[in-house]
Amino acid sequence: MSTEHSKESIQEHIRVYIMVFGALAVLTVITVLASFLNVSTSEAIFLALIIASVKASLVAGYFMHLISEKSIIISILLLTVFFFFVMIFLPLISYTDHANI
Amino acid sequence: MSSNSHSNDHHDENFIQKYIFSVDHKVIGIQYGITSLLFLLFGFSLMAIMRWQLAYPDTVIPIVGFLFGESGTLASEQYNSLGAMHGTIMIFLGIVPLAVGAFGNYLVPLQIGAVDMAFPKLNAASYWSYFVGGVIMISSFFMPEGAARSGWTSYPPLSIFENGQTIWLISMIFLITSSLLGSMNIIVTIVQLRVPGLTWMRLPLFVWAQFVTSFLLVLAFPPLEAAAVLQLMDRVAGTSFFLPSGLVMSGEIVDVAGSGSPLLWQHLFWFLAHPEVYVLILPALGIVGEILANNTRKPIWGFKSIIYSMVFLGFCSFIVWAHHMFLTGMGQAMSAFFQTTTMIISIPSVIILTSYFLSLWGGSIRFNTPMLFALAFLPMFGIGGLTGLPLGLAASDIYLHDTYYVIGHFHYVVAPGTIFALFAGIYYWFPKITGKKMNEMLGKLHFWPSLIFMNGIFMPMFIQGLAGVSRRLADGGVSYAHASGVLHLNEFMTTSAFLLGIAQIPFIINIIMSLFSGEKAGRNPWNATTVEWAAPSPPLPHVNFDSDIVVHHSSYEYSNPDAKKDFILQTEK
Amino acid sequence: MEVPYIVKEREDTGLINSKLGIWIFLASEIMLFGGLFSAYIFLRLAAPPGDFDYWASKLSVPMATVNTMILISSSVSMVMAWASLKLNDFSKYKMYMGITLLCSAIFLVIKYFEYTGKFHHGIYPSSSTFMAIYFTLTGLHGLHILGGIAVMLYFYLPISHGLWREQPEHFSNRVEALGLYWHFVDLVWIFLFPVLYLL
Ligand code: HEM
Ligand SMILES: [Cu+2]
Repeated sequence: MSTEHSKESIQEHIRVYIMVFGALAVLTVITVLASFLNVSTSEAIFLALIIASVKASLVAGYFMHLISEKSIIISILLLTVFFFFVMIFLPLISYTDHANI
Repeated sequence: MSSNSHSNDHHDENFIQKYIFSVDHKVIGIQYGITSLLFLLFGFSLMAIMRWQLAYPDTVIPIVGFLFGESGTLASEQYNSLGAMHGTIMIFLGIVPLAVGAFGNYLVPLQIGAVDMAFPKLNAASYWSYFVGGVIMISSFFMPEGAARSGWTSYPPLSIFENGQTIWLISMIFLITSSLLGSMNIIVTIVQLRVPGLTWMRLPLFVWAQFVTSFLLVLAFPPLEAAAVLQLMDRVAGTSFFLPSGLVMSGEIVDVAGSGSPLLWQHLFWFLAHPEVYVLILPALGIVGEILANNTRKPIWGFKSIIYSMVFLGFCSFIVWAHHMFLTGMGQAMSAFFQTTTMIISIPSVIILTSYFLSLWGGSIRFNTPMLFALAFLPMFGIGGLTGLPLGLAASDIYLHDTYYVIGHFHYVVAPGTIFALFAGIYYWFPKITGKKMNEMLGKLHFWPSLIFMNGIFMPMFIQGLAGVSRRLADGGVSYAHASGVLHLNEFMTTSAFLLGIAQIPFIINIIMSLFSGEKAGRNPWNATTVEWAAPSPPLPHVNFDSDIVVHHSSYEYSNPDAKKDFILQTEK
Repeated sequence: MEVPYIVKEREDTGLINSKLGIWIFLASEIMLFGGLFSAYIFLRLAAPPGDFDYWASKLSVPMATVNTMILISSSVSMVMAWASLKLNDFSKYKMYMGITLLCSAIFLVIKYFEYTGKFHHGIYPSSSTFMAIYFTLTGLHGLHILGGIAVMLYFYLPISHGLWREQPEHFSNRVEALGLYWHFVDLVWIFLFPVLYLL
């Protein structure tokens, strides 16, 4: 990446960083406020996870430059994320499946 | 890049920098190799003691009996300790470090024409982390609590209360760290340091195998690390991640917060441990591929399908793990899912094995020692794999689970399977590593008895297992009426095990003798095609090659009708 | 001969070694924390209803919110530090790196007060499954912060100037790798915060 960065583009980056910072701060406040909403647990979980995912994507996309990252890295991460979900959900499904017999 | 200027650069290294804290991948590979071979020997000796007890339950164990107290025989918990340590040492301190740490480290950079691994210092850190983990594991024998005795699987609740487990966990954290560092390094090396012309489809099978293996290690080991941390918390901080409410021990309810789940451990453990079995087998498949191509003097049949199969195998190995858990009361749906994935994953293994068998067709086969071991690998791995199918189907697994049938099955994969492949690899690359050839006569003296006695040990286990003899029994099943018909096999297996030990003597002699007085090997003693054979034997310290390397050919161009010789080195114009 | 592609990208992959290396490391970290999150969900399902909520209500949301803000700020200053290097402005780099260090230290101090607060009320990891997982997850996360601080110090102390002057490219690549790690630690916290404190 290093070679492509001209001074202007870095300056541009910095503006984006500040904006992302603002967005993250606002979203943090929103999550906290949302937790006081009177909604069911599953809705609360859903909401909180959505907000967290948005924040995480901002960090990963802009601070970690994933939006302009090379394809090898993206593919490795996709693979990882796939296995991440496998690891989270398969035990869960088999847990509920257990309970059903 | 002349060789001279280079040896000068490194001329002022002292002994310690050169051989102990070296960052040269070749030295680190050899360090890994020696250490892991010693651990294999140690793990084998533990097994020999156990096998003696199984065959002669009430007889004092020869030579080392005094270590086990008055009776000179193994008490149940001593038997359990040895069993757990045998499994742990063989897998985490023996085979994986030998296959990935030693072979991977030494050969991957050479086969892709690189000067070293991408991160040489990390490489050294990986070795030393392994070393420390190994020392901690061994030291547990001398601790007041003794070594871990909950099996290599460390299932809770037992593992939370049994002695020795804490040290086991700490050691594992070092070993996992070591594997992670090592495998990251291998991935980056393969992606980044291939020489010009060495495209992905020109990479030899061994490099592909290491590539997939490394991904398995990087992605599957961390969950075990997480689980190890949780288990450590259970043991030292009094938590109850893996302890259910109302657990009763020695007639009393255990005083913990409860509401944990032993099944959680099994999930996290097998999430690693199933991919781990492919970590044990993939490098072996890679080594065998190299040797088959070289000694049949033919390109490997189905080269690309083998590569795709390896990748597919690696991928699928993450979604089959609960076939180890059919007996945990798993529901119908999940059980069906894991049976299906298990059957699917057997397909790529069959493709690879079949391609290897077909590669033999019409070849002008050279029966040298590496080839003998590689050839023996094929049916041995085949037996191991086929006997695994009934274990992947819930209906038959419910009967076979935790019997000696399982022990027989996976040992066919790892002992006459992987270990034979590793022997083959040692015989094959020894000339590259040392510049000396190994003795063929002694090699054959090593091979034939090993083949016979390996089968002598493990074949009867299927019979015992089918008769219902459980594994992990200190008396080998004497107390079970249903076992009585097959117990006489114990003596035969034990005898075979000891003879197998003796059969390794020619190997040790061979290594030492060849090192000092072996015939000079030259660069390419096997007339092989892959890039490592373009380097001097042994390759130069820190730079490996003495000329610029560019690759012009695919990896196994043997018997090309247009060429003058029957092989074309990948680096030839 | 040196290992190639330490400062210059390899043509076909477009990457330098350390960039790929740190991302693979982060992939393994995803699986590490993934294992722990998986444990959290699994145990939450297995726990008696309401148990997790009851224990979670004992945590201090204000402290954690402040900590979230602090960690996010440290992430921004980290990326600004890297950008300053790219602008060839070493003194700005030092400033931002200093802010990052400061933020991470404050984070740990607040965490310390959170922990000791719990201990004072007789709450330990062994008190309940929720507390067990709370202490384990935040503890492991804290260790990651500590590790980050150690590396940051190395790039902050006076020796860093020499490293920068000798090989500016190499230095900023290393800071970038450190940054990636640091953002990841931040990212984990972004999930830990709602999962442990708010749900
Ligand atoms: C070649 C010589 C070997 C012999 C004679 C041997 C023999 C045995 C036997 C008899 C058992 C069953 C003990 C019991 O259940 O009571 C056992 C267990 C085991 N072996 Fe081996 N083995 C050998 C090599 C290996 C290798 C190379 C590996 C690994 C890669 C290995 C891994 C294991 C594991 C994981 C267990 C299960 C331990 C447990 O119950 O937790 N063995 N071995
Ligand atoms: Cu399995």
